[in-house]
Amino acid sequence: MDYTFHWRPVIRKLPDLLEAALVTLEVAVLSMVIGILIGLALALIRMSGKRSTVWFAVGWIEIARNTPALLQLFFFGFGLGAFGFHLSPYMIVLCGLSFNNAGYLAENFRGGFNAIPDTQYRAARSLGMSAIQAYARIIIPQVFRIVYYPMTNQMVWAVLMSSLGMLVGFRELTGETQFLASKTFRIFEYFLFTAAIYYGLVKIILGASRLIAWRLFRY
Amino acid sequence: MIEIEGVRKSFGPLEVLRGIDLTVRNGEVISIIGASGSGKSTLLYCINGLESIQGGRILVDGEDVHGRDTNLNRLRQRLGMVFQQWNSFPHLTALENVALAPRIVKGKSRAEAREIARAQLEHVGLGDKLDVYPSKLSGGQQQRLAIARALAMEPDYMLFDEATSALDPELVGEVLDTMRLLANEGATMICVTHEMGFARDVSDRVAFVDEGRIEEIGPPSQIFGAAQSEKTQRFLAKVR
Repeated sequence: MDYTFHWRPVIRKLPDLLEAALVTLEVAVLSMVIGILIGLALALIRMSGKRSTVWFAVGWIEIARNTPALLQLFFFGFGLGAFGFHLSPYMIVLCGLSFNNAGYLAENFRGGFNAIPDTQYRAARSLGMSAIQAYARIIIPQVFRIVYYPMTNQMVWAVLMSSLGMLVGFRELTGETQFLASKTFRIFEYFLFTAAIYYGLVKIILGASRLIAWRLFRY
Repeated sequence: MIEIEGVRKSFGPLEVLRGIDLTVRNGEVISIIGASGSGKSTLLYCINGLESIQGGRILVDGEDVHGRDTNLNRLRQRLGMVFQQWNSFPHLTALENVALAPRIVKGKSRAEAREIARAQLEHVGLGDKLDVYPSKLSGGQQQRLAIARALAMEPDYMLFDEATSALDPELVGEVLDTMRLLANEGATMICVTHEMGFARDVSDRVAFVDEGRIEEIGPPSQIFGAAQSEKTQRFLAKVR
């Protein structure tokens, strides 16, 4: 081992790296919000059993869960590009992650819905609640708790997955690291440091998630 | 008044109700007894429109439950229902369980709804459990919570679907006492039950349902003392 670490160039670029980490966090959070909304819709469509729409939900879920996330990203980049739709690197990553999140979350939601006894819905309806009220006030809050930790996992996964953005020219944390490292050739130092930032980011997310759960789920 | 006329109900090829006729007058307590699978519970679900029917009709104060233009959400406010599996909402405290429907269905203010809920919980003897989550309540307490929740909508009729069947034996008494209390207050009640003592003591009339039909109906003294139908006699001999 005769490798000499040179940390100074990395430390000097710390603000750039942290800024990129915020971009990573932003795109992950946004892709989760979109993923949750679409995932919920996909789960409901799939459970509705209507043939005319179920294929769409099943197709989305199958592709999102059974193909590499990188290829899903490429679809929104090069795939749409081939048809003349050119998205910015940011949008490519946001769309790709949202697509992937929605597929995974849809299955989590479906499991959550199946775990709520049918009788909860009947009890709500028997009190005069509309179907929408029964779902909004009785079913979905309970589903939310069941899928909360799987959802946290997906959030962590989204942060890590966003590093694929580097391959479509997106300057999130990994892309930025690659960019800076290639200028100074301190590649090992940079990526070691970035790995530590990812680690810290994930730990913060897990901590925040636990805190929110503690505030939210008193029962 | 609830008028049930020639009601038929099938699940696929299985005909569960084969022409039920029953009129429930206001203030009357009716117990429905019969073997498991005889269609008793299904009948209750049909009365508040949680189940469709294939024939006949059910009128609640003259309004056809399964009519095309019936607003079921509004109609159900008049029909309180208590389930075998008490179905308390686990993510809400006792008070929130009871206050939710008055607020979002009837449009009461938050304060009003809480006041109604507090009063109803005291009514069923849970005045000291307002902020407790259902998971911390016994089965009997959860069932009384479910009764309070139904009462908070100020229904004109109460439907009890085997309200004590899922309870441990030592908890049955407190729920039956609550139901007795309601009956004594003049509530109109239809109780599907396996509690023959309750049916005998509290009901104005008892209906014995067999194979989707009302085999015999009459005052408790008739059903339990001098049943006309041989099937009724045989059923009662078995459950005693």
